[in-house]
Amino acid sequence: MQAAIEIDGLTKDYYLGFWRKRPRRALDGLTLTIEEGEVFGFLGPNGAGKTTTLKLLMGLIFPTSGGARILGRAIEDVSMHHDVGYLPEQPYFYDYLTARELLDYFARFFRLSAEERRRRIGSVLDLVGLSSAADVQLRRYSKGMLQRIGMAQAILHQPRVVFLDEPMSGLDPVGRREARDIILDLKRQGRTVFFSTHILPDAEMLCDRVAVLVGGKLQGVGSPEQIVSIEVESLEVLFELPAGSALPPALEDAATQTGARYRIQVPEAQLYDALEGLRAARARIISVSQLKPTLEDFFLRLVGGEQRKHAVEISGGGL
Amino acid sequence: MTWVVALNTFREAVRDRVLYNLIFFALLMIAAAVLVGQISIGIEHLVIVNLGLTAISIFGLVMAIFIGVGLVYKEIDKRTLYALLARPLRRRQFLVGKYAGLLLTLAVNTALMTLGLAVALFYVSRTFVRSDLSILVAVYFILLKLALVTALALLFSCFSTPMLSTVFTLGLYLAGTFSTDIRSFGEVTESPALGAVTKFLYYLLPNFNNFNAIAAAAYGRQIPLILVAQNTAYAAIYITLVLLAAAAIFSNRDLK
Amino acid sequence: MKQSGRKRNIWAAALGIPLLLAAAYPLQRRIDARVRTVQQEKDELMLRSGRVLKKLSLGYDSLLADIYWTRAVQYYGGKRRDHDPNFELLAPLLDLTTTLDPHLLVAYKFGAIFLAEPPPKGAGRPDLAVNLIRRAIMNNPENWRLWADLGFIYYWDMKDYKKAAEAYMEGSRRPGARDWMKVMAAKIAEEGGSRQTSRFLWDQVYRSTEDPNIRKNAFEHLQSLKAEEDAERLEEFAARFRRRFGRFPASARELVEAGILPGVPLDPAGYSYVLTPDGKAHLNPSSPVTSDVLKPVLPH
Ligand SMILES: Nc1ncnc2c1ncn2[C@@H]1O[C@H](COP(=O)(O)OP(=O)(O)OP(=O)(O)O)[C@@H](O)[C@H]1O
Ligand SMILES: [Mg+2]
Repeated sequence: MQAAIEIDGLTKDYYLGFWRKRPRRALDGLTLTIEEGEVFGFLGPNGAGKTTTLKLLMGLIFPTSGGARILGRAIEDVSMHHDVGYLPEQPYFYDYLTARELLDYFARFFRLSAEERRRRIGSVLDLVGLSSAADVQLRRYSKGMLQRIGMAQAILHQPRVVFLDEPMSGLDPVGRREARDIILDLKRQGRTVFFSTHILPDAEMLCDRVAVLVGGKLQGVGSPEQIVSIEVESLEVLFELPAGSALPPALEDAATQTGARYRIQVPEAQLYDALEGLRAARARIISVSQLKPTLEDFFLRLVGGEQRKHAVEISGGGL
Repeated sequence: MTWVVALNTFREAVRDRVLYNLIFFALLMIAAAVLVGQISIGIEHLVIVNLGLTAISIFGLVMAIFIGVGLVYKEIDKRTLYALLARPLRRRQFLVGKYAGLLLTLAVNTALMTLGLAVALFYVSRTFVRSDLSILVAVYFILLKLALVTALALLFSCFSTPMLSTVFTLGLYLAGTFSTDIRSFGEVTESPALGAVTKFLYYLLPNFNNFNAIAAAAYGRQIPLILVAQNTAYAAIYITLVLLAAAAIFSNRDLK
Repeated sequence: MKQSGRKRNIWAAALGIPLLLAAAYPLQRRIDARVRTVQQEKDELMLRSGRVLKKLSLGYDSLLADIYWTRAVQYYGGKRRDHDPNFELLAPLLDLTTTLDPHLLVAYKFGAIFLAEPPPKGAGRPDLAVNLIRRAIMNNPENWRLWADLGFIYYWDMKDYKKAAEAYMEGSRRPGARDWMKVMAAKIAEEGGSRQTSRFLWDQVYRSTEDPNIRKNAFEHLQSLKAEEDAERLEEFAARFRRRFGRFPASARELVEAGILPGVPLDPAGYSYVLTPDGKAHLNPSSPVTSDVLKPVLPH
């Protein structure tokens, strides 16, 4: 079976500055192969090069070097788009069209009968929950509604490979669940889904495999569990201190305080020592929970000291 | 596929209430038809044709330039192009589609204005004569001119902002309208170097003077068919040339 | 490679554009030949009344004057280019221009020259030129140079020396007038159309203007005056030669060899004059100098 997406040494330099153009490498020799039927998560902090990769694959910008093939056809070959769907980042569509008209416009680029078009548009509008707003002009759409119509146009022609750039962004909790359902549905139908995201639980839940991109460079590829198992498991202890008593000196550095509550995170091996210290300080233990190691930890480790600030913001994006 | 883009462009223009200018045109023609009989005797026909054709030309020109310069730029700027280009659509097909869509808009607009002119003409003359046919030829020439202006606006729209594109297009239009005068200026000065430069420019710039048949139509002078054919060929050649340049630029640029 | 899809557009443009431009060239030449008959201005002005036009201009009359002035210049240029001697619209165009803006001095000055020059250089209507300048004087009485322009037309184009002298005299009385105005008046009154007066006049024109076209015109006139004077002198020497040798000299060189002239005389453009066997002097056909009196003749 041929691979759905083969990316080979894809590199993109942006040129900055007006007079003296300085190149800035946004994507550096990305090589990846994604099999048909896979749901593939493309992870990375802001500015990692995710959108750049997707725009390159869609032919919206051109690579400095390297190339890619989708379903065996080079990305320069427009016929490849018959079998490909794309949801851009923060999608925006024609103000003057209604959702139904937009989908009809886009559907006309495929060999579909009028009857078939109408049927598909109806069902896809239903799927993304826009049936009631189908005849409203897009200028009156909210951000989340635009995201939904963007999803609708990406899957309208039943493509074999779907590219989604941050499909959950701007969606409310219900919308996120619906989007997840759509992706799982696509997977059930045997389609390939390649999506970028910051939201790690989504990636863990949906993806067969994930790739992590930082600063334009690929950091690792594997199943979510594979990547997670790198991490040492740890535990979180929540507690309160009675008035007048102080934190045991050993825990002073590790603890973070929120109101009256303290939180420490310790490796499994040191748990009893920590509890011992807390008991001596007459702390009231509220909970001890096992931290399921997540991609997030992997992420934090990869990003390292300098980019820690970024990474923390990213972790805040979780549901 | 090109046609799908063209029809959508036409729909956009109509929804943006671009055809409102027709109301102004209608008012202008009505005012002219009513007033002309009172201020000038014997030249009503002349004045109506002159005024009508000039208005058709100017209205069309304004529309061609102001919509033309935004055709591509707006789609890039608002990122509506991202999802569109994910269809099996070549960039050059997109360009030609946009071009054809605006041309269709201009053609419909011009046809309606011509109808208005005909009504006003009938109101003052009570009859049509054979020589009025040259009015239709003059309108056709105006359309050729608009087609060429639109192509230029589209070209600039591929790489610069609407503001600058307007300046460029208008500049080329003026240069192309007065290139005859520039050339005769070069000849009158009797400086061979300047003469050569102006002559070169004369043949290089799009010649908009070719399409001016308003005076001929106003005086009911017949316009030879061969000139109609030649002007059509000239416009076709020049438009193709400009669209080739636009396609080369647009197909190779990164969308921001 | 599929990569060529993008490159193909560049190739198409690189090859197609020059090719299409090359095709447009002969087509444009054919259109030029035909379009002129269609667009031919029926030498007609929709509005001939400057006063009506001034009302219609809604206060932009000086701008409109500039436009009409440009039109007049283009009309004149076009007629000269086409060697069309019919300058019928020139006077009304100038009239409109100067009614819209009575202080547009260039329009009067150039307009008068366009009108007065004999065809094919102009309309050959010095009478209309005189009218135009008289209107200019009426509207701009403080400008004494206009009197010099008037005098010049009387002198040069109409050969009316009495009126010319009067015009210069009148002008010399205006405040700020230069002294040479008086000198001109006296000279014309005394000598009429002498060559010396003419030279002085053209010299004044040459020096008092910065416009390259007027300067060039004056310069050409000065050159032909000089050539005419040279030719007359040369003919005198040829006559002296004949008194001595019984025949006319074959060339100016023979005059030098006979010791009558110190060297071969050259016209203002540096070409030698041609002497014919009847003792007449002519311009060399290669010389750019022109003259109404001297016809160019090939040296034998
Ligand atoms: N048009 C452009 N011109 C110059 N630099 C650009 C351009 N687009 C992106 N970049 C740079 O390329 C890098 C990658 O950007 P990209 O948009 O691909 O990141 P991303 O992974 O999608 O980030 P995010 O999570 O914020 O969407 C960034 O450093 C960005 O500044
Ligand atoms: Mg992005």
